[in-house]
Amino acid sequence: MARLKLKEHVINRDWCKGCGICVDFCPKQVLELDSKEKVIAARPEDCICCKLCELRCPDLAIEVLTDRDDKND
Amino acid sequence: MTEKIKFVQGNEACVEGALYAGVDFFAGYPITPSTEIAEVLSKRLPEKGGKFIQMEDEIASMCAIIGASLTGHKVMTATSGPGFSLKQEALGYACMAEIPCVIVNVQRGGPSTGNPTHVSQGDINQARWGTHGDHSIIALTASNHQDVFAMTVDAFNLAETYRTPVVLLFDEAVGHMREKLIVPEAGEIARVDRLRTSLGKGVDYHPYLPREDGRLPMSDFGGDHRYNVTGLFHDMWGFPSNNPKVVSGLLHHLNDKIENNVHNITRYKEHFMDDAEYILISYGSSARSAIHIATNRRARGEKMGVLELQSLWPFPEAMIREKCANAKAVLVVEMNMGQVMRHVKAAVDRPENVFLVNRIDGKLITPTDIKSLLRVIQGRGV
Amino acid sequence: MSVKEYIRERYFPHMWCPGCGHGTILNSLLHAVDQLQLDKKDLVMTSGIGCSARISGYVDFHSLHTIHGRALAFATGVKLSKPELKLIVPMGDGDALAIGGNHFIHAARRNIDITAIVMNNRIYGMTGGQFSPLSGAGKKATTAPYSTIDSAFDVVKLATAAGASFVARSTAYHVLETIDILKKAINHKGFSVVEILSQCPTHYGRKNKEGNASQMLKFQKDTTAKIGSKALEKNPLLIPRGIFVDNDVPEYCQAYDEVIERAMKGRKA
Ligand SMILES: Cc1ncc(C[n+]2csc(CCOP(=O)(O)OP(=O)(O)O)c2C)c(N)n1
Ligand code: SF4
Repeated sequence: MARLKLKEHVINRDWCKGCGICVDFCPKQVLELDSKEKVIAARPEDCICCKLCELRCPDLAIEVLTDRDDKND
Repeated sequence: MTEKIKFVQGNEACVEGALYAGVDFFAGYPITPSTEIAEVLSKRLPEKGGKFIQMEDEIASMCAIIGASLTGHKVMTATSGPGFSLKQEALGYACMAEIPCVIVNVQRGGPSTGNPTHVSQGDINQARWGTHGDHSIIALTASNHQDVFAMTVDAFNLAETYRTPVVLLFDEAVGHMREKLIVPEAGEIARVDRLRTSLGKGVDYHPYLPREDGRLPMSDFGGDHRYNVTGLFHDMWGFPSNNPKVVSGLLHHLNDKIENNVHNITRYKEHFMDDAEYILISYGSSARSAIHIATNRRARGEKMGVLELQSLWPFPEAMIREKCANAKAVLVVEMNMGQVMRHVKAAVDRPENVFLVNRIDGKLITPTDIKSLLRVIQGRGV
Repeated sequence: MSVKEYIRERYFPHMWCPGCGHGTILNSLLHAVDQLQLDKKDLVMTSGIGCSARISGYVDFHSLHTIHGRALAFATGVKLSKPELKLIVPMGDGDALAIGGNHFIHAARRNIDITAIVMNNRIYGMTGGQFSPLSGAGKKATTAPYSTIDSAFDVVKLATAAGASFVARSTAYHVLETIDILKKAINHKGFSVVEILSQCPTHYGRKNKEGNASQMLKFQKDTTAKIGSKALEKNPLLIPRGIFVDNDVPEYCQAYDEVIERAMKGRKA
């Protein structure tokens, strides 16, 4: 099966309310809240593309864009 | 042909009228004296592919017909006092969201469980003000089965024309009495069908934007246009708004669309009214006694007439003022504590000449009841 | 399609508080609908009144935001009058089971094809934190300053006893399970009830000292377990998650079609 490879975390700063759910439950601590209490991807290189942040976000403010990584086929 | 002449209860005449008007969805909960409407429709609706559902209560019935109206159906529910009380919140919703629907209230004595099997006309003001907040409403009534039929057809037509709930205020006597009904041929009475938007897919449709003629074309749920329906104040897309301009604009619209059309909505009948000096204003089964008296008095040469109201809301104030301009006395004949009488007093030029003939004991007003008051007014003693 | 195709973006950001579980439930529902590739034209969402009920304004379905507690009654009218539509009815716990309790059990009894979602935050969010019939005893609320003495309904047992033919439970934390359950519930022909534990950090969390949204989600994780799991076997006090009922029972609108058939035959005879 093709593994997913991160393209980017698309964060809608207008919709993010800074609740911190994505930050607290990211299994790899990829996300952080910035000084404006909005989420940012601080360590995207650690992302395993589980997309739980996208799915748990109550504000529909995160989208994890991915590519298929065919090298791992 | 013979099939068209029937000997039926008033409640069945209402069903015939509803079917003639095109009802295809009914939701209800049994309550005397309206139950026959549900019973007969449970048989008749599926025969023509329509739907009948007995809900868990009157609130649910009212809600269900609103839902069914939104899919493009002609809908009705029927009840009596206690059930009509329960329907009020959802009735207000239908006013606010502008959903065409017809609510029959076959009146019995109240308040509370009151007098279930006896006649009354005590819900006139409830039909107008039962739900909270400023709003307008249309309510029709009838004194005989042919008119029950006609007013029921009219109720559906007005509901579609003004995108509003319409209340049919019948009473136990008319509902349960049997008399002749001639069902007109199809097409004899005009039918107003749902005005649907002509806008195609992909064009921005505004469910709450009136056309130039004031009417608001609808779009069926399941159709090309997806929009929001809410009981909150809303903009032309149906989205909640508390913008003061939107709020007052909508409230004015809900009232104006009906109050500015009183002349189009008003329905009444005149019996011997041409030169009448004594005018009996009545409606529903009370009007039958009033007509009886006037017929007798006319035969004796007395100038007495009956103004029979068939629409109670919006109140036909201007019409009543005009018809009563030359009256020596106006007697309002009704089975309540003067609910219509008060509005008649407010309408006429000389309110001191307006009198009430009423009964509130569950018995029909008799010609003798009317005669007794006439003797006093006409100075002939008690 | 993407989930964004199913929302009315111009009304975002939505009105829910930061960390409110209702937003996550909306998110899960959108993913379910997206994965099923449903046509928006066929989708009707009916809701009542409450924070939860505002969900209907955000989805790009035919949407009917009604009165408190009555969403299922409205939905019954929509569904029976046009059975080809798919009805989704999200409700708050008060909306569904206090004022709307009667409609809830009767819709279940009829087994009408509607997907009912109970967004259970155990409190009246919209009116500012009063207790609900799902709060349970010993909880703090603005109308229970000395703690509640009322016990709670078990939504799963109630729905099952009332005749719902699909009954499931998930939480705002268990999003993958929620999406999977919602897909099954929507596809199920009959009345489906999905209880989703939600969090109201603003009122319930604050009053009951359960911490912020994340801490409340962790609580959902720690106090629930999948049916059939070891964890549940070991600790039966945990709240079970999963699908409890999935029965094939005659659906109401289909049964009514048979009524029509009988009535039409009777007329011809
Ligand atoms: C007939 C009626 N009674 C009371 C209210 C006030 N009210 C609005 S929402 C609500 C409760 C909301 O709680 P819930 O259904 O649990 O949803 P939540 O807000 O927690 O999502 C109440 C009591 C109302 N709108 N209508
Ligand atoms: S009050 Fe509670 S339920 Fe309502 S939006 Fe805020 S967190 Fe959600």
